[in-house]
Amino acid sequence: MKRRLFLRGAMTCAAIAAAVPAGLLVPRRVLAAWPGQAFAQTSFEQSLAALLGDVQVSRSGAIRLTAPDLAENGATVEVRVAVDLDGVDSITIFSEKNPFPLIASFSLTPDVRSHVTTRIKMTGVSDVIAVVRTDGRYYSARRRVKVTAGACN
Amino acid sequence: MAISRSKILARLTAGDTTVKTLIRHPMETGNRKDPRTGLKVPRHFIQEVTCERNGKPVMTAVWSWAVSRNPYLAFQIKGGQRGDRVTVRWRDNKGAGETLETRVR
Repeated sequence: MKRRLFLRGAMTCAAIAAAVPAGLLVPRRVLAAWPGQAFAQTSFEQSLAALLGDVQVSRSGAIRLTAPDLAENGATVEVRVAVDLDGVDSITIFSEKNPFPLIASFSLTPDVRSHVTTRIKMTGVSDVIAVVRTDGRYYSARRRVKVTAGACN
Repeated sequence: MAISRSKILARLTAGDTTVKTLIRHPMETGNRKDPRTGLKVPRHFIQEVTCERNGKPVMTAVWSWAVSRNPYLAFQIKGGQRGDRVTVRWRDNKGAGETLETRVR
């Protein structure tokens, strides 16, 4: 059975706000408010720093980042990030050459497997970059995607 | 791709709960020009997504306008059983939102 309810304005905000005090959702700074400043940065390094702070990020082969080598439609590029590590509580996706590189950040509780799949807009030739956090440490992987028709304009 | 309404599917696969959603939303970047008026369509996009199982939050997300139109999201909740209630809620930058809910098959 499927039910869909349309909630507007304050009711929806209340539904999401109700989930926050459960203490299950980390990192808190991401959830306390939508991180507008991080999303507004125009370079990968700046958006990473704005979202996560001054953290050290190491490359890791334990991140399986799946994206097409060639994307015919930059408006919808499917990206899957899977992490072969325990205790992953955060997966963030960037597209390096996008006007605003930070695309999406997922906060995982121990109840979910460490992978997400979504579709993002990309332009030109760009690396999609995944940054994950586990045990307080950050790891990244990147993959080159060539878009034949851009989606950022 | 045109979809008429949001969809959510949750099923047991090898002992875990696989969830796939397709949310109906324009996800406007603010850069696209309306072909009829020549004016830019204002930025309009989902900012926050919350996923729950039986009322307990399992994952949340913050998105930019660069997530694709009619966004697709797939993830997996550990374990689970038939009949579990899986919920995906979103809220956009205009304060509108939707709750998608289904039972695990």
